Amino acid sequence: MSETTAPPAGNMETRSMLLNIGPSHPAMHGVIRLITELEGETVLKVEAEIGYLHRAFEKSCENSSWTQAIPYTDRLNYVSPLINNFGYCGAVEKLLGIKITERCDYIRVMMGEVSRITDHLTCIAASAMELGAMTAFLYLMKAREYLYEIIEEVTGARLTISYGRIGGVKGDLPAGLHERLETALAKTEKEISEVDKLLTRNRIFVDRVRDVGVLTKEDAVSYAITGPLGRASGINYDVRKAFPYFAYDRVEFDVPLGERGDNYDRYLVRMEEMRQSIRIIRQCMRDIPGGPVNVDAKGNVIPSVEMIDEAKLGHTAGLAGAVAAVEPTLEGSERPFHDRVMTGDKRVALPHKGNTYGNIEGLMNHFKLIMDSHGIRPPEGDTYFAVEGANGELGFYVASNGKDRPYRVRVRPPCFFAMAGLHKMLEGYMVADIVATFGSINMIAGELDR
Amino acid sequence: MEDLSANGPGFLTSRLSDAVAWARKYSIFVYPFVTACCGMEYMSAASGHYDMDRFGAGLPRFSPRQADVLLVVGTVSHKIAPILRRVFDQMCEPKWVVAFGVCTCTGGFYDNYSTVQGIDTILPVDIYIPGCPPRPEAVLDGLMKLQAKIEGQKQIL
Repeated sequence: MSETTAPPAGNMETRSMLLNIGPSHPAMHGVIRLITELEGETVLKVEAEIGYLHRAFEKSCENSSWTQAIPYTDRLNYVSPLINNFGYCGAVEKLLGIKITERCDYIRVMMGEVSRITDHLTCIAASAMELGAMTAFLYLMKAREYLYEIIEEVTGARLTISYGRIGGVKGDLPAGLHERLETALAKTEKEISEVDKLLTRNRIFVDRVRDVGVLTKEDAVSYAITGPLGRASGINYDVRKAFPYFAYDRVEFDVPLGERGDNYDRYLVRMEEMRQSIRIIRQCMRDIPGGPVNVDAKGNVIPSVEMIDEAKLGHTAGLAGAVAAVEPTLEGSERPFHDRVMTGDKRVALPHKGNTYGNIEGLMNHFKLIMDSHGIRPPEGDTYFAVEGANGELGFYVASNGKDRPYRVRVRPPCFFAMAGLHKMLEGYMVADIVATFGSINMIAGELDR
Repeated sequence: MEDLSANGPGFLTSRLSDAVAWARKYSIFVYPFVTACCGMEYMSAASGHYDMDRFGAGLPRFSPRQADVLLVVGTVSHKIAPILRRVFDQMCEPKWVVAFGVCTCTGGFYDNYSTVQGIDTILPVDIYIPGCPPRPEAVLDGLMKLQAKIEGQKQIL
């Protein structure tokens, strides 16, 4: 090729060409601009311009209470919002020195892994579609739908779930979830193996991704690239193994590693991680502790009106450990499962609704947590807490000045580092490979630009 | 121009307009301007489970020249707003705009310095689909409302 197109000997001038890709380009996921310098079809230089989805995450968090920041974290990596939620909550809990219940640990691991599967499904689906494999996209979206239904059942929403709470989770798992989750996992597994058959040995697909977009181990380390990208390059680093958090020290799973660091390895690593995630979820379903449904309910139950009257008269001795019966008007607001998923720490956990309406201590506790400018107040200081996000190490650096609002919530988004090292994966390859490589990175603008 | 006294032309143009309206409403080519989270629900709505194709809107076109409906999916920041406007300007008439998700409708809970407070400040919007993100059912509902709107409009031929 180069021989036929090479300029004839003489003083013919050759110049490289600038090609602007994005931000409005289907393969750029809407929100990144690549300025490429080409020689023929070979990419000489790539510069990524980011910031098209800057939504002022940090500033918004500083202007909201510690709890109100949770919905903002949903929208960081919107493909796996549960992991972001739990990462942020874990950071604040670390700052407060709170230990969450064991059941909550398992719920977080379980739901986090469901989220990881949806993320990998989306990534593989999108990158396969960008290479023309529409069938694989549709199959994987079908699988994602099964998991979205489970997420919706547990959290109440499909995508922006805000399920994590500082000190626990919003609510316990619904009854009979295990069977439905197992069914969904089995169906997902079937779709994954179907796509495995479609893609893994598909000549067209392999030719597009094998030995394309290679990221060497050295480059991955020097750009601090973690997650499936780093692991595909052979870096054995997974926050779940290196710094176990929640219940990850109690589950068994393997960390798949790639050898060449090309797009194909990234694809294989993601496929294997999904299988490992399913394995983790199954272990969690087996091991999740039940715990008492409601410790308070064993106490003395008194109608709330009587309880108030007794307390007003100073007859408080009989009220110790007693619970006010919830009025019919509060039907459904009672959270019988609350105690086993929420820490007992009064600094962050809302009291039982019966106590809120039934006695002054519960009311004050509720008031102090809910009212603006009261709220959760972590002690002065700062901390860093990292979870293994779907794209790599997702770290939260939270700083508190003792007030009800965060002083700073800084995120270490895994995508940001991948974008910094993007040129290493694109330069020297063809223009058409940009799409394949970029798709395999799974750039999520929400966490990249924040 | 129309000769209403004769039996022919008046009858013909109105029937033609109806036929065009019917055709247009079932052959929507969307340009998904996907920026953020709502893109996930757009993908769900477009794939097998909810299947936007049932409404004739299954084929996304990534060239504004080939698209009839600009589907603005996700938060529009001030940095990307000029690009959105440019994509809109590049589309040929007749064209419609759907604001997908509450960020595009009003700015949503991103009430801050970086976010456009509703794309109707820069574009004429036909259909608003609120939700953060809207469920695929809501998307389909919005799509049907758009179809009704297209059908009820005077057709430019």
